[in-house]
Amino acid sequence: MRIVIAGCGKIGVSILSRLAAEGHEIVAIDSFDDTVGEIGNIYDVMTVCGSAVDFDTLNEAGVDKAELFVAVTGSDEMNMLSCFIAKGLGAKHTVARIRDPGYDEKALAFMKQQLGLSLVINPELFAAEELFNILKLPAAVNIETFSGRKMEMVELVLKPDSPLDGVSLADLRRKYSAKFLVCAVSRGGEVYIPDGSFVLKSGDRIGLTAAPTEVQKLLKMLGLVQRQARRVMILGGSTTAFYLAEKLLESGNSVTVIERDRDRCEKLSAGLPQGAVVIHGDGAQQELLLEEGLNTVDAFVSLTGMDEENILIAYFAASKDVQKVIAKVNRPEYTEMAERLGLDSIISPKKIISDVLARYARALQNTVGSNVETLYRLMDGNVEALEFKVSADFKGLKVPLKDMELKPNILIAGITRGRKAIIPSGEDAIQAGDRVVVIAAEHKLFDLDDILLQ
Amino acid sequence: MNRKMVFNIFGRLIRIEGVLLLLPAAVSLIYKEYSGALIFAGVALGAAALGTLIRYTVRPDTQVIYAKEGFAVVTITWLGMSLIGALPFVISREIPNFVDAFFETVSGFTTTGASLVTNLPEWQKGMLFWRSFTHWLGGMGVLVFVMALANNISDRTIHIMRAEMPGPVVGKLVPKVRDTAKILYLIYIFLTVSEMIFLCAGGMSLFESAIHSFGTAGTGGFSTRPESIGAFSPYIQWVITAFMLLFGVNFNLYYLVLIKRFKAAVKSSELWVYLGIVVVSTAVMTINIMPIYNDFGDSLRNAAFQSGAIVTTTGYATANFDMWPALSRGLIFVLLFLGGCAGSTAGGLKISRSMLLFKLVVREFKQLLRPRSVNRVTMDGKPVEEETLRSVATYFALYIIATAATFLLICFEPFSLETNLSAAVSCVNNVGPGFGEISPIGSYAGYTAFSKLVLSVAMLLGRLEIFPLIIALSPATWAKKAR
Repeated sequence: MRIVIAGCGKIGVSILSRLAAEGHEIVAIDSFDDTVGEIGNIYDVMTVCGSAVDFDTLNEAGVDKAELFVAVTGSDEMNMLSCFIAKGLGAKHTVARIRDPGYDEKALAFMKQQLGLSLVINPELFAAEELFNILKLPAAVNIETFSGRKMEMVELVLKPDSPLDGVSLADLRRKYSAKFLVCAVSRGGEVYIPDGSFVLKSGDRIGLTAAPTEVQKLLKMLGLVQRQARRVMILGGSTTAFYLAEKLLESGNSVTVIERDRDRCEKLSAGLPQGAVVIHGDGAQQELLLEEGLNTVDAFVSLTGMDEENILIAYFAASKDVQKVIAKVNRPEYTEMAERLGLDSIISPKKIISDVLARYARALQNTVGSNVETLYRLMDGNVEALEFKVSADFKGLKVPLKDMELKPNILIAGITRGRKAIIPSGEDAIQAGDRVVVIAAEHKLFDLDDILLQ
Repeated sequence: MNRKMVFNIFGRLIRIEGVLLLLPAAVSLIYKEYSGALIFAGVALGAAALGTLIRYTVRPDTQVIYAKEGFAVVTITWLGMSLIGALPFVISREIPNFVDAFFETVSGFTTTGASLVTNLPEWQKGMLFWRSFTHWLGGMGVLVFVMALANNISDRTIHIMRAEMPGPVVGKLVPKVRDTAKILYLIYIFLTVSEMIFLCAGGMSLFESAIHSFGTAGTGGFSTRPESIGAFSPYIQWVITAFMLLFGVNFNLYYLVLIKRFKAAVKSSELWVYLGIVVVSTAVMTINIMPIYNDFGDSLRNAAFQSGAIVTTTGYATANFDMWPALSRGLIFVLLFLGGCAGSTAGGLKISRSMLLFKLVVREFKQLLRPRSVNRVTMDGKPVEEETLRSVATYFALYIIATAATFLLICFEPFSLETNLSAAVSCVNNVGPGFGEISPIGSYAGYTAFSKLVLSVAMLLGRLEIFPLIIALSPATWAKKAR
């Protein structure tokens, strides 16, 4: 599938590398010679140097034959215009990054329709939503929701004195009556799709699927602290911080935002709902953080533009016994290092966006079968969790799961049928219209049929 | 330096050469030359076994390669390929001396067409086929061929493609290197087969039409006849003239035509300069050689053929141009340097490089005239990066040094200055024939083994455009640290 990506900044390159790895034909557009040259050296993609709104450039990139056009330049307006031109030139689907909070939902819906956009992506908003979800359930290091919020995928790290240490998964099910399924375990850099005989160890990072209410129950049973964060301190007044603060305030939390730039502070103060505390000051100063009550908050979120700063200050906050600490880290190589330092909750807007586009591209490729509705990468990208909407021509309809022959390293982790979330056992069968969550390592799934061995 | 990856790719290539050697084996079988078939099959098996062994014993830890690995791969595969490719000639005693056989094979793969064979009509058909097939493989590039076939070499095969494909800037036609390689080869195969059809229609045997199509396609110049194309009818000569010129055109333009972007294709200024040079030199030579042939048609045909053959660095001949007047010979000598368009199978300096050099000179004049003026060099309406200009200028300097060095190294030979100079220029530019001893009716057989090796290196330098060879041969490239 031919995909044209205009704008090769951080987000653009991240999308590009993900989609190129999925085997698509990528053409990258950027206005800087050097950027374009570097990308052509590293990835197997074609590059065109020029403006994303230039007619000749877009023609040279072959947008007329493009299945998907993604505009992720630094400017929202440029992205919109670029998508508009690309659509006019014959691109089938267009995706624009629009991140200015000034465009509200109504404005976006209007423009989406007028410009013929297939999808509007807002990395900052996506990141804020993910942060919000994690803050709701501080015991988890990561939490992803599937459609309709009826099923959640929660990642936990087993602490050294965890009651689950040395327990096999079969025993676990017997011991705890909660309905959940451990579907991926990461141990020492290796990722396992476990079966019943798998024995958990402390230090493992486990991923489990369950209905949201069951998750609460389970965590309580495990003795994991389960108090929602009420007081949150956010470092850095970025757009993500704005969205997050807004969401937190709306659901009744108290929020402190610390930002270095005076003008930015003014804007935040004017834009955020009542109750927000905006502090003008350098968050890298430990004194300032303590003065603003770092040791009294439930959660600390570090969202400055610098990965290094985020990691170090988050580490400092963790040392002050803040219950939940989250750092934004965009460089994948830093993520691993930060985890080794003991920071378990890391969030990367780049990764979120490339997941969204990878899912979108897969769904475009598979127009007849059971489409991918949601796609997340778990455990540092080694495992994918995908949600499929089951179409009537799925080959494994009504076959009990225990009789279904699946490819290795694939697990059916959850079924949503109407309002019911089913944690499947061997007797359950998939029906048309269900939504099925599949966990897959070392596979790229485009269709639900891809899980079957044949 | 990711050495393991370099040798892994080398292994793959040797294996593919083994497979390709089965083709001449089949030709030998068809013509009932059983000893030849056996030799080819033996060498094929040996190469395939060696390649497979290398490929599966040297397993790279990572597939990441950079520009220097690209240079190294290209250099060692071209050397290895020529060494193996020379074996059938030696074993069959067609060229008993290994150095001679190596020279002939390098000349084949680099599409030079410089030959030291004097007894062509006595050769086995299979051997003749292999000798010319090396042209066809070397023309578009063997590694490009491997890339078109294998799908999982590395994400960064662009470095290999850049090192092997001639021209100042190597771009892709489509996003993926593999698809680009496939398209290039499909165009190449299509043009080659068309030429065979045209030649067969002119009464040439299928075997000879294949040989001459390979020679034209790779812009090589090996023939089955001692008198080259002069042995065939005027129709054949015109067909070959036309196809030589077609293979000297940038293949990207054919792709543009294929996807119906005709306007973009005809906008290429390189194409027009290339055609202009051919037309002008043909016109000048036609008038100049009229007194020899006494017939306008004959003069035009010979002039057109020779200018086409030299500009595209094919090196076929319909006449011994060494006997022509000084003006024509001088013109041919200058044309030896030029070469075809970038992105074609032709060798030489390349028209686009010459154009950029000329534009650089013009800019320098402008700058001297008005020191404060700002002048950006453009090509086809687009600004050319300073980096490209710098590398073109550097390449030109290296190219002159390489030619001069080759010339000096073979100067001790007891031949005329004209012979030695044209031999050096002809080999560096991958043309083939020259003047004096190595005129179209002569051969390189008179040179000593040392000079043959020097000229072999010169041919490789010319085909791979100097940088890869020098970089691959410098010890710093192979240093253990700093991968």
